[in-house]
Amino acid sequence: MSSAIISARGVQKSFGRVDVLKGIDLDLFEGQVMCLLGPSGSGKSTFLRCVNHLESVSGGVLTVHGQLVGYRERRGRLYESSEAEICRDRSDIGMVFQHFNLFPHMTVLENLTIGPVTVRGKSRKAAAVRAVELLDQVGLGDKLKAYPRQLSGGQQQRVAIARALAMEPRLMLFDEPTSALDPELVGDVLAVMKNLASEGMTMLVVTHEMGFAREVADVVVFMDGGVVVESGPPGEVLDNPRNERTRAFLSAVL
Amino acid sequence: MAIDLSASTVDVAQMKVVPRRHPWRWVGVAIVLITVATLIQGFLTNPRYQWGVVGDYLLSGAVLAGLGRTLQLTAIAMTIAIILGIVLALMRLSQNPVLRVVAGAFVWLFRGTPLLVQLLFWNFISALFPTISIGVPLLGPEFVSFDANTVIPTFVAAILGLALYESAYMSEIVRAGILSVDRGQFEAAQSIGMRRSLLMRKIVLPQAMRVIIPPTGNETIGMLKFSSLVSVIGLPELLNSVQLIYARTFETIPMLIVATIWYLVVTTVLTIGQFFIERYFGRGARPQAQGTPIGQFLRKAFTFHDKSRKESAQ
Repeated sequence: MSSAIISARGVQKSFGRVDVLKGIDLDLFEGQVMCLLGPSGSGKSTFLRCVNHLESVSGGVLTVHGQLVGYRERRGRLYESSEAEICRDRSDIGMVFQHFNLFPHMTVLENLTIGPVTVRGKSRKAAAVRAVELLDQVGLGDKLKAYPRQLSGGQQQRVAIARALAMEPRLMLFDEPTSALDPELVGDVLAVMKNLASEGMTMLVVTHEMGFAREVADVVVFMDGGVVVESGPPGEVLDNPRNERTRAFLSAVL
Repeated sequence: MAIDLSASTVDVAQMKVVPRRHPWRWVGVAIVLITVATLIQGFLTNPRYQWGVVGDYLLSGAVLAGLGRTLQLTAIAMTIAIILGIVLALMRLSQNPVLRVVAGAFVWLFRGTPLLVQLLFWNFISALFPTISIGVPLLGPEFVSFDANTVIPTFVAAILGLALYESAYMSEIVRAGILSVDRGQFEAAQSIGMRRSLLMRKIVLPQAMRVIIPPTGNETIGMLKFSSLVSVIGLPELLNSVQLIYARTFETIPMLIVATIWYLVVTTVLTIGQFFIERYFGRGARPQAQGTPIGQFLRKAFTFHDKSRKESAQ
């Protein structure tokens, strides 16, 4: 375990007068898988979206890859990041959404190559070669020319994971990746994620899949009401929760 | 009478099915047929249609020149309007309040006044600004200066009038198209590190096109017809050309029929073109329902090309 990929100290986020995050402290180290659990409205997804600056933090300090999110420090002052800086930071962070958000007007292959070609400046050919490798990895090597709507939800989500991986990210964010799937399709997506974890990818996962958290996570973080209630290895948090709220949540889900 | 399926004597599956009758449909058909027959009889027997004159002038040089100018006006004005409309829509959706207000004011002004008034304004612009010059505003030197009448001849006045008026409408159509694209698409594009300009070009606008194209087709067909207003500033487009002829020959009705036929021909061609453009931008999306009668006909005629349907059927 080496450097912290994500470090949060007192991270706050409010939308108008609603405080969604009320001071989050956590560290995610390289190669670790961290699962964020908690009831809806607890701020899990909001925190995830702060990591790649889809939301800007309202208070506290959040660093990713050793860089402040949304700001650059120069000569003792914080300058708001330029669009180019924000985009460069984001391109190193893969994100997988609950509703897949594949680009519907592009084929599966184009979905995977658009980022590497337009953002990274990779050649079309090299990007296509890598895309085919990744699609094979997620078990969809035969769907290159298909359009997203011709795929099942589970297949779409696996394409979405491959699209994120095509950018060669150093960190992957998953925002309830299986919540919109039919139960029988969840397994395929989780298998791809497990595989990714075993290859040493650093992952931050918002999920309701307790089985996945127990099996794959290095750290489980239970959030409620915008704060971290409890965190630790899955064996501790899931099996011997110390906090009353964690216990109530787990008994409701399990 | 109640049917008891357990009683073996009743075999419902073998009974003859009588389809539902629709007597009122036949009444409707009768009314339509009588009306159409009356119209056709009028076309054929009323000598004042003067079909011979229509035939003489349909392909005459003056009429074709007028048609050419109408097509030219429509194409140029629509091209400018679409580009300007996209720019205005992006300005209205921008985070810069100055751009938003400027675009809003533009739409307010050009949508809020009649096209006829705007055309007259552009035509008589030289009365307002006799010279047009390029230089530093308020204090600086003038580099070049033109006589407004020579820089803005009738044709340019017509283009300006049509294009600016139309761009106000196009900007609203484009804006609606952009707003119709799911938030998740913006976020997915942002999360792979796309800048806003790239995201708009590659992800959002191509998807917005599906929503933008049908009303734009309408607007193009509308523009074809609006361009006839230009006849009031004396530009010899299609309507003005036939007006010039019937002013001389007094064959008013047949000449208006000549114009009508050409407008219908071009409108039909545009409708067919719209079908193919819609299909291109609809790739990856569900097959669109309905559309115009011509579109429905084309859809039936060309479905054997529809690869996406075949693949999804597998």
